[in-house]
Amino acid sequence: MWWETFMLALRAIQRNALRSGLTVLGIVIGVAAVITMVTLGGGATAKVTEDIGKLGSNMLQLRPGQGFHGPGGARVSAEPFEVADAEALAREIANLEAVAPTASRSMQVIQGNENRSTTVIGTTDGFVLVRDWDLEAGRIFNPGELRGGKAVCVIGETVREALFGGLEPIGETVRLDRISFKIIGVLAAKGQTSFGTDQDDLVLVPLRTFQRRIAGNTDVQVIYVSARDGVATDRVKTRMERLMRERRRIAPEAEDDFFVRDMQEIVSTMTSTTRVLTTLLGAVAAVSLLVGGIGIMNIMLVSVTERTREIGTRMAIGAMERDVMRQFLVESVVLAGLGGICGILLGLAAAGVGARLMGVPFVFNPGIVCLAVIFSAGVGIVFGYFPARKAARLDPIEALRHE
Amino acid sequence: MNPAPARDSEPQPLIRLTGVSKIYGTGQAAMHALRGVDLAVAKGEFVAVMGPSGSGKSTCMNIIGCLDTPTRGSYRFNGIEVGDLSRDQRAILRRHCLGFVFQGFNLLNRTSALENVELPLIYRGVPLRQRRRQAATALAAVGLAGWEHHTPGELSGGQQQRVAIARAIVTTPEVLLADEPTGNLDSERSLEVMRLLTDFNQREGLTIVMVTHEPDMAAFASRQIHFKDGAIEAIRTA
Repeated sequence: MWWETFMLALRAIQRNALRSGLTVLGIVIGVAAVITMVTLGGGATAKVTEDIGKLGSNMLQLRPGQGFHGPGGARVSAEPFEVADAEALAREIANLEAVAPTASRSMQVIQGNENRSTTVIGTTDGFVLVRDWDLEAGRIFNPGELRGGKAVCVIGETVREALFGGLEPIGETVRLDRISFKIIGVLAAKGQTSFGTDQDDLVLVPLRTFQRRIAGNTDVQVIYVSARDGVATDRVKTRMERLMRERRRIAPEAEDDFFVRDMQEIVSTMTSTTRVLTTLLGAVAAVSLLVGGIGIMNIMLVSVTERTREIGTRMAIGAMERDVMRQFLVESVVLAGLGGICGILLGLAAAGVGARLMGVPFVFNPGIVCLAVIFSAGVGIVFGYFPARKAARLDPIEALRHE
Repeated sequence: MNPAPARDSEPQPLIRLTGVSKIYGTGQAAMHALRGVDLAVAKGEFVAVMGPSGSGKSTCMNIIGCLDTPTRGSYRFNGIEVGDLSRDQRAILRRHCLGFVFQGFNLLNRTSALENVELPLIYRGVPLRQRRRQAATALAAVGLAGWEHHTPGELSGGQQQRVAIARAIVTTPEVLLADEPTGNLDSERSLEVMRLLTDFNQREGLTIVMVTHEPDMAAFASRQIHFKDGAIEAIRTA
């Protein structure tokens, strides 16, 4: 009986294919929009999470100045850090995997006739540990090179490609600001971040070399710290802040003139942003399904009126109220369900194209697809109920007389 | 008024109306469609119901067809008091005991003859294969073998009415109720339909109650019941 009713509904919809199609357009568009947005949002989140993982999710950055103070926030003149600060962090805070003080500058790197503008970072061997960075070839600085401020460097993949192409770079020299540096290592490629910056466009030199021969001072701009696996980064952050206030002699009532950025904070901010976005999308979906549902109710009422004689005939033949009710209810559910399925297919297709264009992975979310099916069928039931009841309550005599 | 005393002595007529009145509206505006009708139809009879419009013949047919219930009086179908049944119970009674043929055929558009004939079997819960077989047999019985897959739009009026008759008899009902079955047909097609009905009545013993206002068509019936002003005016036996 249910199967017959289902086939009957399909036939009724097919008979008015154009009208049915236009009716469910609201549901199709609503569902497609939600599926597209949720799928793309999922892909973007996955991409960002992956990027942050590449940066090292156990990583904290200590920078002078103040963090994200809005406009009007007090601007405190901030002293840069020193190497001693990094040494103090390493000495006094437990559970740290590595500490890497850095100073950087944008410079021309020259090799023969080739040159490229890149970021030169003065740092220690801790840098590759903190950033969880493998070496493609060669090695990182040894303690002697770091202490002695030797003119050696490790280059990123983008720089290697630009300057050497297919040639072997290890043992060659490059010039930075008229000083020749010997290449001792090449970093493995990390690719672009989701914000579009090329992470491989850099040259690493020993921090002491950078300070003496390039910057001409002893400043340290950013200190990268990584906590051991399984250590809560927020506790490490608190201890770092306490230590730095002490070392920088900040009065108890004064604000910090430095800030610690915790990557896990960024991850959780991302997650909550996604959640807000999903809630908003849900609201948009609810509105479009409501509009779509009203469209279905409208067309079902028209259908009941058009088929009054048919309903009368069915009743004379022996259809009970519930048979007529079921017929129209199933028809509206099938109509809405088909709209939902079309919307899902359209949404997934759009998300596939969008993911490729945006360069994010295509993350199929079965939960939202199930939800879309359930919701569109639910719309069919809710908005089909009134027309179906109207049909079921018709007086067979009146219905048979209907022109 | 006792129209057929001889038949009353039979154990149980299929259809028995006793003092049936139907009143629409109340008070001053009350309209008396039927005023105390007594009628009995025995199994195997072919009865024509005649009368001018507004005479109450349609109301009487609706009551006999269990589509409507009497305001006063009693209608017993096969001994069952129809006035006591609920809407759904009357639907079940129609489903199992009655077949309907309408003036306007009332076939489903863009639906094949076979599927139109299957319709009452669906409500009876007959499985697909058996349904197909019974529907094909019914179509053959009305002379439409080979036309199973034509839709009403591809059939003539006479053919459409024969599909409708097939739909009515496919469930082998106790009574076939025909409401002006020839009203939309020319005289030749009308005669065809009437011959078909007479055939079912005589060969299968199918009880038929037919509303018509054409004396030529009423002549096929074994009994003619004439309505006037909501009451039976005359009964003529062929």
